[in-house]
Order: sequence, then C-alpha cells, then structure tokens
Amino acid sequence: MQWFLRNWDQVAIALWEHVAISLTALSIAFVLSLAIGIVAARRPRIYAATLGIAGFLYTIPTLAFLALLIPIVGLGRTNAIIAMVAFSLLILVRNITTGIRTVPAEIVDSARGMGMSAMQILAKVELPLASPVIVAGLRVAAVTVISVTVVAAYINAGGLGTLIFNGIASDHPPKIWAGALTACALAVGVDLSLAAIERRLRRSHAG
Amino acid sequence: MLADAWRYIETHPTQFVTALGVHVALSACALAIAALIAIPLGIVAARRAGFALAAINAANIGRTLPSLAVLALVMPILGTGFAPSLVALTLLAVPPILTNTIAGIIGVERDVVDAAHGMGMTARDVLHRIEIPIATPIVFAGLRTSAVQVVSGAVLAAFIGGGGLGDFITAGIAMMAVPLLLVGAIPVTLLSLGADYLFGTLERRLTPQGLRAE
Repeated sequence: MQWFLRNWDQVAIALWEHVAISLTALSIAFVLSLAIGIVAARRPRIYAATLGIAGFLYTIPTLAFLALLIPIVGLGRTNAIIAMVAFSLLILVRNITTGIRTVPAEIVDSARGMGMSAMQILAKVELPLASPVIVAGLRVAAVTVISVTVVAAYINAGGLGTLIFNGIASDHPPKIWAGALTACALAVGVDLSLAAIERRLRRSHAG
Repeated sequence: MLADAWRYIETHPTQFVTALGVHVALSACALAIAALIAIPLGIVAARRAGFALAAINAANIGRTLPSLAVLALVMPILGTGFAPSLVALTLLAVPPILTNTIAGIIGVERDVVDAAHGMGMTARDVLHRIEIPIATPIVFAGLRTSAVQVVSGAVLAAFIGGGGLGDFITAGIAMMAVPLLLVGAIPVTLLSLGADYLFGTLERRLTPQGLRAE
C-alpha cells in the first residue's frame, strides 16, 4: 500500500497505457467485426466459415499467439494489437450476427413497406434492435482484451503487466500487487459498466 | 525455422517431454480439482435461489479477472513453483464450471421434475436420474471452456516458475530464438485445440438421446 501511494504516478501511467492499447485493439476489432457480421448475417456459409476460423484463433493460448507473431511482426504494440483483434473476432462477429438475425422479420418487412432502403433498415432498425446483444459481445471482448494486454507487457507492449513483470524480476511484491490488482479492478469495472449499458439498452427496447 | 524447432526437440528429448508432462499434469490437475469443487457446489447452490445468484455473481467476477494477474497475486503469498501455479489455475477453472452447473440444473424444466415426482421418484432419484443427466452436457460445456483456459493459463505459469511448455516460449523470447519459441508455442496450441475437441466431443456424446438436436 505504501509503495502504491509513493508510486501512484507510475501506476497511473501504466493504467493509461493499458487502457489506450485495449481501446485501440477493441476499436479495430469492432469495426472489422461489424463489417463481417453484417455480411455474415445474410450469408450463412460466410458466417460458418468465419466462426470456424475465429474459433480456431480463439483457442490458441495467449502467450503462444504473441510468440508466433514475433517472427512476422517482431516485439511490441503492433504484435499485441494483432493478437487482441484476432481473439475478439469470435465473440464480436457471433454477437453482431446473432443480434441482427434475431430482429423479427415482420419488423424488417414493415420498414421495407414504409419505403426504407436496405441501408436505412440496417442503420435505423436492425442495428439499434441488435444493440443489447452487440454490447454483450463487446463486454466479453473488452474483458478478453484487457487480460491479453497484461500478458503483452512481456513482449514490450507496455501497460499494467509491466509492473507485474518488473515486480517478479526484482522480487518486489508491492509492485506485483499494484499491477495485478489494478488490472483486476480495471477488468471488473469495465465488465460492470458495460453490463449496466446492456441492461439499459434492453429496457429501452422492451418498453 | 520449423526444421530447427524439430531438431531442438530431437536433441533435447527429455527436456521437451518433461515440460510437456508438467504442462499436461498442471492443466489436468487444476481442471480435476476445480470440477470436484465446482460441480457439487453448483448442485447445492442450484437448490436455493439466493445462494445460486450469489454464486453466479461471484463466478462472473472471477471470470473477468486476467489470468496473469491471478497467477501474479498467488506468487507473493504462496511463492513460486508447481503448487502455487496449480492453486492459481484451479481458481481460474472454477467459475465456468460453477456457472454452467447451476445453469444446467436450474434449466431443467419444472414440468419434467413434477412428472418425475408424480411417478413416485424421491428427491434423490430426481437428482440422479433426471437433473444430473439433463444438466451433464451443459456442465461439459463449462469444463470445455475451463480446459482451454487452463491450458492457456498454464503457459503463463512459466512466469512464476510453474514449468511447462511456457518455459520454451519465455526462453525463446528472452534470447530472440524463434525456433526455441516455436518448440513451446506449437505444441501448446495443439494441446489447447485437442482439449477443446475432446470436451466438445464428450459434450455431444453425453447429451441424453432424447435431447439431441437432429
């Protein structure tokens, strides 16, 4: 605790780095998954193929994935972000596609009857109705990405994992505690906030 | 690069087999202990709504904790090595099994249980012949999630001296020796895919005949 109070600036910088890396990876993964998910919702074979590939990527152990990327992209943040995008695809694509598919056909039909174009139906009907399921996916993906970022410190990506690895290397428990507990708090905090948003979206659509 | 990795295994067979053995032992023990804790706990928790909710909430928080953070938190308390790694991995494996056991038992339709009672089954019969068989595939889905997570987490055990295939990866990264890193990364990926496949198959096989989707 004393170490934490004396070095809070160090923890704050690591936390900021952690959030920045996670957010970058999550944004890239989300845009990519949205494009794939929208296409996959209309084409079951593309959906099956994407899930197969993404499921395979998702099963690869984190550190092994980061290691396998080293011969291709070397150490550092790019490597970490590629790995995180790969890990998030399964969850995000699955939820985006499921969300769009579960919009009742009558609603889509009546939107078409009102003269909406396919693009308008997607933006004004399908995506808003799918939003609770999409946020649920975002929640799992965010937690996964935060967890991968901790490990990615080992390949010099920065973030809270740096404190943990430095603490282990110099046998300095307070540093380990600071890094590990802050990472846990970040993951739980993000999970609970996104859960609250998900509930609010569900209520607003139900009402 | 692959040839170099293979040559490393050929010239260091004991090192490789030992690391593989430790990795499998660490993962299998963690999964087995977690199952022994989580399945009975889940069955008991499913009986009481309040207890079930508390257990599910606790498990959900447990699931969000980063694996490496849990391993790192165990180290200052229990030290380094196989046993502390086992404790951390067991903690990581419990939540998915616990949530799925509770969800599996609670998910058994009320009508089915009522019908069983009507046929004169005791509470014990209902648990053993109705609730557990129906919940089994869902419990195995939880075991599958945990198994993949544990195999992946066991790689990180290398950081707290737990041994296993992660040692080759960390050594390979430290020395920037790509073949060495592949000696750890490729087998561990195959191990994870194997665990996923094994539990996926068990999940399908153990689904009672009447519940299988045609």
